[in-house]
Amino acid sequence: MKFQIPIGPQHPALKEPISLRMTVEGEIIREADIRLGYNHRGLEKLAEQRTWIQNIYLTERICGICSHSHTTCYVQGVEKLMELEPPKRGLYIRTLVAELERIHSHLLWLGVAGHEAGFDSFFMYTWRDREIVMDILEIISGNRVHYGINTIGGVRRDLDDGQVKHILDSLEILRKRSEYYKNLGTTEPSFVARLAGVGYLSKEDAIALCAVGPTLRASGVPMDVRKDDPYAVYGEIPFEVCTADTCDVLGRTVVRIQELFQCYNIIEYLLKNLPAGPVAVRAPRRAKPNEVVSRYEAPRGENIHYIKSNGTDKPERLKVRAPTLGNYAATIKMLKNGFIADVPLIFAAIDPCICCAERAVSLVDVRTGQEKIISMNALKQLSLKISAGKVRKREAEWPL
Amino acid sequence: MLTKLTNWSRLKSPWILHLNTGACNACDIEVVAALTPRFDVERFGILLKATPRHADVIVCTGPATRQMKDRLVRIYEQTPDPKFVIAVGACAMSGCVYRGAYNVLGGIDQVIPVDVYVPGCPVRPDAVIDGVVKLLNKLKG
Repeated sequence: MKFQIPIGPQHPALKEPISLRMTVEGEIIREADIRLGYNHRGLEKLAEQRTWIQNIYLTERICGICSHSHTTCYVQGVEKLMELEPPKRGLYIRTLVAELERIHSHLLWLGVAGHEAGFDSFFMYTWRDREIVMDILEIISGNRVHYGINTIGGVRRDLDDGQVKHILDSLEILRKRSEYYKNLGTTEPSFVARLAGVGYLSKEDAIALCAVGPTLRASGVPMDVRKDDPYAVYGEIPFEVCTADTCDVLGRTVVRIQELFQCYNIIEYLLKNLPAGPVAVRAPRRAKPNEVVSRYEAPRGENIHYIKSNGTDKPERLKVRAPTLGNYAATIKMLKNGFIADVPLIFAAIDPCICCAERAVSLVDVRTGQEKIISMNALKQLSLKISAGKVRKREAEWPL
Repeated sequence: MLTKLTNWSRLKSPWILHLNTGACNACDIEVVAALTPRFDVERFGILLKATPRHADVIVCTGPATRQMKDRLVRIYEQTPDPKFVIAVGACAMSGCVYRGAYNVLGGIDQVIPVDVYVPGCPVRPDAVIDGVVKLLNKLKG
């Protein structure tokens, strides 16, 4: 006897709107289906109407947790298009913020994992320590979440000695706390028993289903854009790619805790070797017609931006492939043949960032329930047909 | 007497439902951060609830996407009276950077009535607490 259980879009186990449909046999999931689109805002279209500089703040708002990832990925691409070389100090500060963001994201994830595993004091502990990182970010950039520190050709704010000292002092506290989490997360028997063996994803499956980030690394594949295709100043920083071979949620936890320690080392290295000089160069307002693909290792995995310019001050096309999207296929594999009770944990283990991933459009015919993916050209034809003879968009008034 | 008692208990335990209607996650983590030790809204009796049927206050983030519109109305209808809505963040107020996008309605108040607006992109947890406390004062008198 098979049942279908819908979860979401608004559900206690999910922090963001997404719909999971699971066909279950008793307690065991046989089929899983993910439905997207609740968070789709039409960001790529908006990006085509804004200038290069305005788009930095737009891409920042693709996601609130990995906001720096998206801007850096975008800005790197635009710098390539404009043939700009940002100064060393600017790149160092950009990398510093990126690593701080990774710490805050991983601590956040640890808390959420603890919460989903029923270990709420772990959640409260990690989130308390996360505030230390948020304070650092606020001191550097003036903001807790959307830092707005990137600009085309460098960064917008410089660091002074007081800030450097504050960050180094805070790192000591964070190191000590992370040591505690490492012991707790890997030796506390009930916590380990809850995580071990849940959401199994073999190495072959992880590669075949294009998993990214800690999900992939926890299946024993040492892939990290920072190492494989170094951007910014990662080429000169000594660090290791953390992997685990347990292929389950426990492995993903261990990978993230180990990455925390790598982050502390990277930040220490950056601050001790901070070069002098300017933080940004002046950027032109237009970019020559060209196209570029930019890669970035976000806390959740590989983030890809494709940017096409046409000689004006606006991009012709911006395409975002967020890491969560890469992990969806693997999630379905992980959910299959698991228990319903494990769903929140497995789903949380890829560190889903739904707002990042809401890019694709598929059309559903409401009357027949038929679903179809429509090509860009057909969509264009359709829009031309509908809007023929109507007021042009620029002159039209926004209906709201 | 009974109304006095219900009013008192309502003031002391406003349970909230956090609802994301297409936000970029920034406001959402700040709402959650408000629940954690540094800010700790539980000292005001505020508790995050999982279902709209247990909640008094809906904390909405995000610019209300077309896809979420019907769900938003349904969740609003499921919440028992008296219910209150707090629009958290610039998106929930007016749409912020997404204003004008084809899939965005531009603010929670386009769909359901809103009692308190909390500005900021994203809001600080302190601002969320301030918004809730202002709502409580509104309830009081």
